[in-house]
Amino acid sequence: MTEAALAAQKDAVRLDLYRSMQRIRLVEEEIAKRYSEQEMRCPVHLSIGQEATAVGSCAALRNDDQIISSHRGHGHYMAKGGNLKAMLAEIYGRVDGCCGGRGGSMHLFDDSVGMLASVPIVASFVPLGVGAALAYRHFGQDRVCIVYLGDGATEEGVFHESMNLAAVHKVPVVFFIENNSYSCYIGLADRQPVRPLTDMAKAYAMPSASVDGNDVEAVQAVTAQAVARARSGGGPTLIVADTYRWREHCGPNYDNDLGYRPMAEVDAWRARCPVDTFGAKLVADGVLTEAGKAAINAEIEAEMAEAFAFAKASPFPDPKTVADRVYA
Amino acid sequence: MPEQRVISAAQAIREATDLAMAADPAVIIMGEGIADPKTIFGTTDQLMEKYGPARVMEMSIAENGFTGMAIGAAMNGLRPIIVHQRVEFALLTMEQLVNNAAKMHYVSNGAHKAPIVVRLIVGRGWGQGPAHSQSLETLFAHIPGLKVVMPASAHDAKGLLLSAITDDSPVVFIEHRWMHYVKGHVPEGWAALPLDGPARLTQGDAVTVVSNSYMTLETIRAVEALAAEGVAVEHFDLRVVRPLNVDPIVESVKRTGRLLTVDTGFATYGVGAEIVARVMERCCLTMKAAPRRIGLPEHPTPSSRSLAAAFYPRSPDIAQALAELAGLDQARITAIHNRLAEEREALPFDVPHPSFQGPF
Repeated sequence: MTEAALAAQKDAVRLDLYRSMQRIRLVEEEIAKRYSEQEMRCPVHLSIGQEATAVGSCAALRNDDQIISSHRGHGHYMAKGGNLKAMLAEIYGRVDGCCGGRGGSMHLFDDSVGMLASVPIVASFVPLGVGAALAYRHFGQDRVCIVYLGDGATEEGVFHESMNLAAVHKVPVVFFIENNSYSCYIGLADRQPVRPLTDMAKAYAMPSASVDGNDVEAVQAVTAQAVARARSGGGPTLIVADTYRWREHCGPNYDNDLGYRPMAEVDAWRARCPVDTFGAKLVADGVLTEAGKAAINAEIEAEMAEAFAFAKASPFPDPKTVADRVYA
Repeated sequence: MPEQRVISAAQAIREATDLAMAADPAVIIMGEGIADPKTIFGTTDQLMEKYGPARVMEMSIAENGFTGMAIGAAMNGLRPIIVHQRVEFALLTMEQLVNNAAKMHYVSNGAHKAPIVVRLIVGRGWGQGPAHSQSLETLFAHIPGLKVVMPASAHDAKGLLLSAITDDSPVVFIEHRWMHYVKGHVPEGWAALPLDGPARLTQGDAVTVVSNSYMTLETIRAVEALAAEGVAVEHFDLRVVRPLNVDPIVESVKRTGRLLTVDTGFATYGVGAEIVARVMERCCLTMKAAPRRIGLPEHPTPSSRSLAAAFYPRSPDIAQALAELAGLDQARITAIHNRLAEEREALPFDVPHPSFQGPF
């Protein structure tokens, strides 16, 4: 490949990162905007402000690699390539939802792209990822699983059990902590001793890395190393990515009026918006123009309009099916 | 007729596991102590030597963690068997079993499966006390999406375990420790039995009794004592606690008009409570006597043998309840009770009664 072709390819990858983050941002903002219509009648945990962690890390994966997520899973689902129509239909409680309306916003999955599951009990899903990765080795596959968890989940016993099990059995899993510093309204310093979260990896003789979770390319690079290690039999890695949740823990609104976090802190993180800062960098590098941004937005808006219309047009599941599929 | 092979329930469980692992490379077994010198009371003996550490996984002391690991592995095509040496250890795994295993198929609208088997051993006797001898089947049986199986014989232990392992749903397989000693005729080879509910052990028109797990063995002694008095009791061994199939029990109670349930666990909110409720919903107008339940009393299991003796219901109590339900006169009731009590009291109660070894 010529130098020019390589450069063009690199630009295309960077544009994809931007497009993917902007897609998550616009979709979640649209969810927030339409939430008051009271047609999406399930809790939503928006990841606005945290797009770079999902997009950067998923960019380091193959389609057949898997991810597992939590209650705050829209971004992971979309970053891994999950079907947007199926996600929105699920949030609207419709039959075409990825769970047929049985799971809602907190139970997203799309097996065709390796979005294995999301589970809304904090840290409950962490050992599922370890087991999913155990199965790859059993069947001779070179796949990798990323488990996304928040800082709160690292306080759960099952997280530590899973770290230990993954380390002992050397399974190809990456524990990816999205540290947004708050568990609902309670800050990290009120819940854990002050030390780098990566120190927890030392207890399990596991390699770790910390990264600016608002820098999508840095996230991708760090994740790519961990994924390569896992894929080649080197076992698990702990990644800690610091980032920030802009809106309330659960719901479409801002909740800074509650006073649980200082406005200066909120403003500082918003000034470091992962989407806008990366967009500005691409503009500065001559990869993206303002017209290009507008074109991307238009493309996403069109996809969204179609997907929301699809979700709202999808029928509700038949009440007669409510008792189906309790047992396989 | 060729002589039938007799093995213990513990050997039957080992044999079923071995057969399932030989038949399907996706079957793995994980637990604390499965490859130690004691091999879970012999039930995992030689499996490590035969299948190796990738399929016979000695686990860290992290019950909830490795249960979740089993569920994740099952979602990707493995068929893990988990073993806990005491049912109480599984309390640490309730989060994974209830939130993930039981719901995975339903929530995904059928896309995902979690085919795991959780073998739980219920301890009894030898002063094991409050946290090593509970029978907590009701906790699991309360949850839609879980299946709960409680064998009482070597034959059923093998057949039901084979079906549990090949079942696509999560199955909690509860083994009473004293049931491990029971010997019986067990066919060689793949002798799976469907997880389809109660087995009728005896026929009769006087009283219907439904028991499960170890208490089936106590009930067998009581039913024999009644039979010796000319009272024919219809005895069901429940075997599958969830999904609960009460149809054969209802059919029986319609004939007998009398029902006794005998639980391994607590009577209050117990399996018997559910059976009585379901049966009464369908035949309360034809009952000849109020239904009765036998189960554990309203307090924890004490360790001292003087206290534990008052804790566990035994065959004399069951026989007395059956005789009372059958309407025998007081002299015969007392005679039946005393005969069994005399037999039992000649032996220590905190080790398995020799009569429970079968073959059944």
